[in-house]
This record gives sequence, structure tokens and C-alpha cells, in this order.
Amino acid sequence: MSQELRDDEKLIDEITSKEYEYGFETEIEMEYFPKGLNEEIIRKISEIRNEPEWVLEFRLKSYRIWKKMKPPKWPHLQLPEIDFQDLIYYARPKNMPKYKSLDEVPEEILETYRKLGIPLEEQKALAGVAVDAVFDSVSVKTTFEEELKKHGIIFCPISEAIRDYPDLVKKYLGTVVPPGDNYYAALNSAVFTDGSFVYIPKGVRAPMELSSYFRINARGTGQFERTLIIAEEGSYVSYLEGCTAPQRDENQLHAAVVELIAKTDAEIKYSTVQNWYPGDSEGKGGIFNFVTKRGLCQGDRSKISWTQVETGSAITWKYPSTVLKGDDSQGEFYSVALTNNFQQADTGTKMIHIGKNTKSLIISKGISAGRSNNTYRGLVEVKPGAENARNFSQCDSMLIGDRCGAHTFPYIEVANPTAIVEHEATTSKISDEQLFYLQQRGIDEETAVGMIVNGYAKDVLTKLPMEFAAEARKLLAISLEGSVG
Amino acid sequence: MKPILEIKNLHAKVGDKEILKGINLTVYPGEIHAIMGPNGAGKSTLANVLAGKPGYEVTEGEILFKGKNLLEMEPHERAQAGLFLGFQYPVEIPGVSMINFMKAAVDAKRQAEGKEPMSPGEFLKFYREKMKETGLPEKLQKRNVNEGFSGGEKKRNEIFQMALLQPDLAVLDETDSGLDIDALKAVAEGVRKLHTPENAQLIITHYQRLLDYIKPDYVHVMYDGKIVKSGGPELAEKLEKEGYKWLMEISMNNE
Repeated sequence: MSQELRDDEKLIDEITSKEYEYGFETEIEMEYFPKGLNEEIIRKISEIRNEPEWVLEFRLKSYRIWKKMKPPKWPHLQLPEIDFQDLIYYARPKNMPKYKSLDEVPEEILETYRKLGIPLEEQKALAGVAVDAVFDSVSVKTTFEEELKKHGIIFCPISEAIRDYPDLVKKYLGTVVPPGDNYYAALNSAVFTDGSFVYIPKGVRAPMELSSYFRINARGTGQFERTLIIAEEGSYVSYLEGCTAPQRDENQLHAAVVELIAKTDAEIKYSTVQNWYPGDSEGKGGIFNFVTKRGLCQGDRSKISWTQVETGSAITWKYPSTVLKGDDSQGEFYSVALTNNFQQADTGTKMIHIGKNTKSLIISKGISAGRSNNTYRGLVEVKPGAENARNFSQCDSMLIGDRCGAHTFPYIEVANPTAIVEHEATTSKISDEQLFYLQQRGIDEETAVGMIVNGYAKDVLTKLPMEFAAEARKLLAISLEGSVG
Repeated sequence: MKPILEIKNLHAKVGDKEILKGINLTVYPGEIHAIMGPNGAGKSTLANVLAGKPGYEVTEGEILFKGKNLLEMEPHERAQAGLFLGFQYPVEIPGVSMINFMKAAVDAKRQAEGKEPMSPGEFLKFYREKMKETGLPEKLQKRNVNEGFSGGEKKRNEIFQMALLQPDLAVLDETDSGLDIDALKAVAEGVRKLHTPENAQLIITHYQRLLDYIKPDYVHVMYDGKIVKSGGPELAEKLEKEGYKWLMEISMNNE
């Protein structure tokens, strides 16, 4: 073997040098439900949250559906058997309903969010961003709630929305992702805890970014957040979620459901920066991220745009999708998915064209390093009535090193002859020539890899709200530290 | 005066093939050296070994750069220490803007020298200044690194980068190849302007025509991995007239 190849081997092995920055644990007294899942646990979840009867019914119905379902086998993933009776389904800081004022929030929790770069004090917060902070199963603080209310915007934890706006929640919950949609959606519908509720009234443009920050802290627990966003006629909202978890040997389950509804002429931009703990360099620990996200472009000329930067989780299984029901409605999906070490990702989107002149755009950039596997899976479906539907898909994969895999499964189903569907795909390896060029200008190897990968992902990163694009760029570079030879 | 570069009995191979077979060369500040020679003589290999490109193995000899052992340094450390390679085939780097690339490069060098990074405003001013100096068209600066540049534009971009990084030693690897006469003149002028009594240039070329515009102090002829003849500018003219054949004969006789 040549010296160069040996060096490559060595460097690929050195992936261990990558550190997860958010792996700390918050010491705080917690209240847990006992392990396991049954109707009694579900009743307890509903009770502790003071939920009305119809929510309990929704949960129990979902649970009964879930019990009859089997986990999906089709993803390109090596998935260990999950013992759903060995999980804790509810955990919250002790004696803690939602804090009324910031003074009531325990210092440990405030400190946690400070360390994550999300100060919950409004005067210190990022200008122009309202934050809903979810700690394990509960929302601990929502900033700028009052300010937003002046515009008629509702931004609060879903538990509060169920209490304060039951009619709205009842009208839309489970309409885009019904409980029986899939195995993990059914599970979520049975045991969902906090997540955000957003309602933008007719004609209102949200004056700031809305964002949720999800933190898993407790051991042995799953997080099952539920988010529901409704944009009334002619309204606009940009929403962003971020996620992190402590560094642990065990795998933890995160099974969320997100539903978006865009009425006539409304636009929803939904961005995700997913940085759950990915496991260590030997593939031990890390979050299982099994998420169902779907948006409904209900009204004519409505628009839903998904942007995701996925760098975390041991296993990611997620396909943010858009149902283009309204005529002239538009769906967009911009994705960067990076896997390193033993991470696995099977992610992509679905664009379902129902209305006339509907348009969709898919830009997916996969980056695989270490011994990871990265799969793009996407469906473009044109229903019979979708006259003049258009889709363009671009799916690129980049490989770093020679022990990782990139896979692409594009599905196209067209039932209307006027549709135009285009798909382009490329696979590339990070080139030694490019690396050397940057190094010859004085840039060290790791920085050079970060620059090349960020350049590759630029089309997607520019779609993120500005405050988060810088963070995402940093994240991509950090996630690849030591992965190249 | 201390030399910038000292190459002593340098042997290097790619795979099992020995390409450099004992190069000796000393370059002092203020000097311009030209290295000429036929294809396959090892000129580009020499440039790549100097810059530390992976894939080359030095089997014998040493290289001192400003008195330090160059072969112990990583490619980026060599660059930070003031060694610049003008590439024969500059690569495109999609999505990476020229200005970000150069800011990172300039800051890396400053950091190695114990200086603070430049503020964005300060850098932009410096960047524009150098653009003007090297006559690089503004439209190119809005693009990503070398993306959509013509052959001539890529070479001019190399000179522009050299102007920003102000190296002690610039190794220009066939910077003249593939250029029409106007581009050649522009590149030569850029190189000439950047020459100072403190720095040195090592110009690698196959043809004499670049040397019509940049007057070297010394001309070395490489053949089969060795410098077989050194002289003044007149050597380049002789080569242009008589070709490389007579040199090959000298080389044979020496063995």
C-alpha cells in the first residue's frame, strides 16, 4: 500500500476526533412516568396535561391503530429492534407546569439554553426571532408571545393551544397526518407531548421568525413532539426548529409529527437544523429520528417550502412532504443531509400534485463520510386532475473517503399527460485537486473540507433564514472534522 | 544574504518511478529563475514537490525554505510560510466565492505570523486594491473560485491570488501554457509588478516566449530529472533557436 493510501486510512480512522458540542447533560430533578406504553400511561399523559376528553379519545384511537401496525421495513437502514415497552414516554422537570415568567424558570434550564446559544431572556434573544423552548416533554418558555399576539398571531406550546384554542386545534389536528398514516405517526398521535402551535390570521405577515428549540435531556426517554402550523389566507410565516441532545451510550427515540396548512395565497417556510446527538465514532448511542412532516397547500396559489440541514442523529428517517391541492400552488424542498461515522439517513420528500398548474422543486444534497450510509428517497406524484403540473428534482451526492455509501431512490408516478417532470442526479467525490488547491493557499485540510462541502451545499444553505445559515455552515464543517485524508 | 530556497540533491518518485534524480538549486532574494525543459523532464514534479502535493515521495536530498526544512511542513504550512504555487491547471471549486476563499487564505497566513485576522472592511479594501493592480475584471470576482473562467482568466486569477498573498517565493508552473499573446502579456506584467528585491520567483515554462516579457536572472534547463545546464537569459534564446536536442546529447555524454 502506498504511503498516501495508508495516510488516508489513518485519517479516516481519526474521525473519532470529532466532538459533539452539545453533548452535556443538565442536572435537574425530573419527574418520570414509569417505563412502557399502555392505555393507562396514555390516560396519565392526558391527565397530567389537563386535556379535554376529545384529545384523550384521539390518543387512545391512535394507540389502538398503532398496536395493529408494524414498523416500516422498506427504508435503506440497519435498524435494531426497538423495545417500545422499555421507553419512558413522559419526563419533565419536577413540579413544573409552564413557567409564567422567566424568574420562575430554574437556573439550570436557563443555563442549558444559554449554552446552546438560545438565550430565553427576550432582551438578550436574537433580534427578530421568537423561541419556544421544549425541554424533554414540556415547553419551558416561549418568548415574544405577547408581542406576537398584538398581530393576532398565536405562537405557543401545543398543550396551551389545546387549552386556550381548542376549536382551532380540534379542527386541524391530524388532518394532514392522520394517526394511521404510518407506524411512528400513530405512536406520536398516541403519546405526543409538547411542540409548537402557530396560527397566522388572514393577511398577516409574521413580523419575526418563529422558532422552536427541542432539547432531549432525560435518560431512557423518547421525545414525541407535535407541531401544527396554520397560515390563513394571504398570510406568511417563516418557522425554524433546532434540536440537540446529550451524549449517551443509549439510543433515544425522537418521533415527531409536524402538520402545516396553507390557505389561499398563504406561504409557509419551514426550516430545520437537526443536530441530535449522532452517536460516537463506533456507532454507539445517538438519537433515532423518525419524523413525519407534511404540509397541505390547501388554497390556490399557496406555497410551502421545506429547508432542512440534517447533520445529527444515529438514524434519520424523514420525508417532509407537500400535498399540492390548491391550483397554482407550489412546493419546495431544499435539503442537506450529512452522515459521518456510522450514521444512517434515509431522507427525502414527497410532492403530491393534485391541483392544476402546481409546481414543485426538489434540491437535495447528500454528503457521506466515514462508514455512513446516506439515502435520498423521493416521490413525485401527479394525480389525474393535475393539469400542467411541473416538477424539477436535483439530487446530488458527495462521498468523502471510500467506506461510505450514497443511494438514490427517486419514484415518479404521473397520471396526467400534460405534466413535465424532470430529475437530475450526480455523484461526486471530494477531489484531491480541490483540497490541495485550498491547502496551497494556506488553508488547513479540515477548513478546506468544510469550505468545499459548504460550497457544495450553498444552494440549500442560502434558503435558510440568515441568522441560522451561519450556524448551519459551522455545523457542516464541525460534523466533518477529521473525516478526510 | 541568506538564500530563500536551497534544493540539495533532491530525488523524488511517483509510485515506483523516479522522476527527480538529483536536483540542486539555490535561489536568493531578488532573483528570478526560469526552469525550462522538454515535456516529461520533471519540471512540474519539482513544483509539486516544493508545494507538498500528496502522491510524491522524496527519497533523497533536502529542501530548505528560508533556512527551514520544507519537507517537514504540511502543504498549508508551506503556503503560510510564504511559498506560492501558481497552478498549471487551476481547479474550480463550486459554491465557494473568490472573496471568502481569499479572506480565509490571507487570514490563515496572518494568523501563522501572529497577526489578527483582517476586518471585513479592511480586507475588502485590500482586495479591491489588488484587483486594480492586477487588472482582474470585476465580473470574475462575483463568481465562485475559477468557476466558468476561461483558461486565460484562470491564470490571471492565479496572479491575483499571488498579489494578495505576497509570497517570498512564487513558483509559477507553466503559467504561460494555453494563453494567447494578450493574456500572456497581461500575466507577465502582473508577475513583473509583483517582483521586489525581497522576494524571488521560479518560473517554469516550456517555451521561451514568456521570457520575452519577464527577464530571468538565471535559466536552468531540466532534462530527465536533472538540471543539465544553467546560464543567463541567453540560454533561453539558444533553446528557442536550437531546440532541446543538443541538451539531450550533453546529458547523454555526462552519463
